Amino acid sequence: MHRSSEVKHLASDFNTRACECFGQPPVQPFESHCPVLTDRTVRVQLKVLKVKDGSVFFIRVKPDRTGVVTDGVKHSMNPFCEIAVEEAVKLKEKKLVKEVVAVSCGPQQVQETIRTALAMGADRGIHVEVSGKDYETLGPLQVSKIFAALAKKEQADLIILGKQAIDDDCNQTGQMTAALLDWPQGTFASEVTLEADKLKVVREIDGGLETIKINLPAVVTADLRLNTPRYATLPNIMKAKKKKITNVKPADLGVDVSSRLEVLKVDEPPQRQSGVKVETVHDLVEKLKEAGRI
Amino acid sequence: MANPLRAEVVQLYKTLLFLGREYPKGADYFRDRLRAAFAKNKDVSDPEKIKELISRGEFVVKELEALYYLRKYRALKKRYYETE
Repeated sequence: MHRSSEVKHLASDFNTRACECFGQPPVQPFESHCPVLTDRTVRVQLKVLKVKDGSVFFIRVKPDRTGVVTDGVKHSMNPFCEIAVEEAVKLKEKKLVKEVVAVSCGPQQVQETIRTALAMGADRGIHVEVSGKDYETLGPLQVSKIFAALAKKEQADLIILGKQAIDDDCNQTGQMTAALLDWPQGTFASEVTLEADKLKVVREIDGGLETIKINLPAVVTADLRLNTPRYATLPNIMKAKKKKITNVKPADLGVDVSSRLEVLKVDEPPQRQSGVKVETVHDLVEKLKEAGRI
Repeated sequence: MANPLRAEVVQLYKTLLFLGREYPKGADYFRDRLRAAFAKNKDVSDPEKIKELISRGEFVVKELEALYYLRKYRALKKRYYETE
């Protein structure tokens, strides 16, 4: 019996959810002038992000307290971005979308992440080279500027990203990209449907689910329950080696990647204190009184 | 082993080996068990039986993919979403 039946069950419990919601309604642009095409020639651009792998347990703070040790730590694609890639590939399989382009910003290692996205079904990849000091300070603002420039250059109609990165938990890139491009956004999407030239997005918000209809071109950020990302199997990875990854520098796109933030301090959470065993209830009450709890 | 099926079996082995890298109990544990399982059936020559074993292997591939997905899903759900 496959455990995939449990997956469907888990995927439908929407109520156990409390999330932050950037409550602004999506920006509705003026009437779009492009004629409706019967077969949508939409190019989807995804963001693919390399983060410290979710199953890595021993993250250490750097001795100079400016960040977290990242050398030698296993990195993999951000789980929310995997869901975004899966959604784009699904749209392509339904023939609603012409081409899926996976984009990632970072040093050389990021190419592995793009390859995973290509193995999952993207058509080609774009690697925006940012390395060394610039990469350490690369934040949502710089990434969204890069995306806005790329979207204009590639003439993408839909940008799908993961809602947040699990290493910095910013949850800002999607929203900023939409603002820079002046496109509507469907964030925290748990369901995306393409209807004529509009996008129907079901969003997960604090109160439950919100369904909105936004014009294309648009930005969508993927939430956990959007879909079940496929595993990039070995034959697909082999096929993906033939797909193209173009290299681009931020300077070519006219983007300045200098950061406006300075990290002052990074601290570990306080160590867990060991517990104390007591013999009788009387002792327990004494200890609680000592600790000032009662 | 029958000729066309040999390629399928080898591909199955490679796929399982690739998937086993992220096995929670350790890649080595998985690899040893994988080799033992394949070695045990080394002498099977009936094509029907081989096909059955291959489909069993593919079932394990699907189980592993579900395992990895669930592990990630549960980790994210626990981390980001409050459970009541």
